[in-house]
Amino acid sequence: MSNNINKSQILQWIKAVSETIKENKDYLTDLDAAIGDADHGINMERGFSKVLEKFDSYKDKPISDIFKAIAMTLMSTVGGASGPLYGRIFRKMSVATKDTPDSLTSEELYQALKDGIDGVMEIGGAKVGDKTMVDVWVPALEVFRNELGNGSDLKTIMEKVVSEADKQVEATIPLVARKGRASYLGERSAGHQDPGATSSDLILKALASVVE
Amino acid sequence: MVGLVLISHSRKITDGIKELVEQMVADKVKVVSAGGLDESTLGTSVEGILNGINSVYDESGVLLLVDLGSAVLSAKEAIEFLDESKQNNVVISNAPLVEGSFIAAIEASTGKTLVEVNNAAEGTKELNKLG
Repeated sequence: MSNNINKSQILQWIKAVSETIKENKDYLTDLDAAIGDADHGINMERGFSKVLEKFDSYKDKPISDIFKAIAMTLMSTVGGASGPLYGRIFRKMSVATKDTPDSLTSEELYQALKDGIDGVMEIGGAKVGDKTMVDVWVPALEVFRNELGNGSDLKTIMEKVVSEADKQVEATIPLVARKGRASYLGERSAGHQDPGATSSDLILKALASVVE
Repeated sequence: MVGLVLISHSRKITDGIKELVEQMVADKVKVVSAGGLDESTLGTSVEGILNGINSVYDESGVLLLVDLGSAVLSAKEAIEFLDESKQNNVVISNAPLVEGSFIAAIEASTGKTLVEVNNAAEGTKELNKLG
């Protein structure tokens, strides 16, 4: 039980994200084929395999620099909207962790993730209910904040965050998309799970898998 | 002179527009084709757009012409990576990509300001093609 995530766990997180994205590449692409341009899994896998390829170039750097390297890589290799959006999450996390080079407290981790998704909402304009990744991050981080208030340890916090994220991914199925490619489909976007919400859930699950 | 950066998911689209406008204005305007993740992959690259902006930048400013979705997001993100002194001098146009780029190039070639070039480009939304 701990209230911290250290640099080596953050690096494990990045590896775990790359693995889960690779494993779910076809699944994400299939989800995107239904309501988008059938490239989400391909794009995310391309981006995160590049992130993994560059691992040695950032692994010994402060946490902030690690996030920055990931941000730049995603923004230049993913291709679709998820490049600038996920890139932005990591860039905002980089700014938020400037003064914490080796380890983050639960509160600092929360703030970094919160700044990340706030940045996404700022640039992309999506709100909760638009059938995007925001639908997962916002309620999941509310759970995070509530659990911080309850004094829960980080392992427990992340279990509850993931359980909320899982629930919210499914909740995107009936929604009509109001942002992103799927929004051009209007009513026809209902009945399908959102790919970006799904990859966000995978990223949070990967985070939960490395905390203690 | 105002520089133009063309951004789409497809490099072929922005290469084609560049060819089209250069036929009109020859080398009088600085136009960069920054579409695609790279030459052959659909997508957009923040780094590619950033390099494009820097390659045509001068104090007259740069107009970014975009199509849809991640073209807009990547353009916004690229602006945030610019030096602060340049940020206010780079504008994303709300113009249609093909028509807007065409008019923007003509306006830029006559030495108009960034605001004038963008207004003319955005004016193509009202263009009556069937006269």
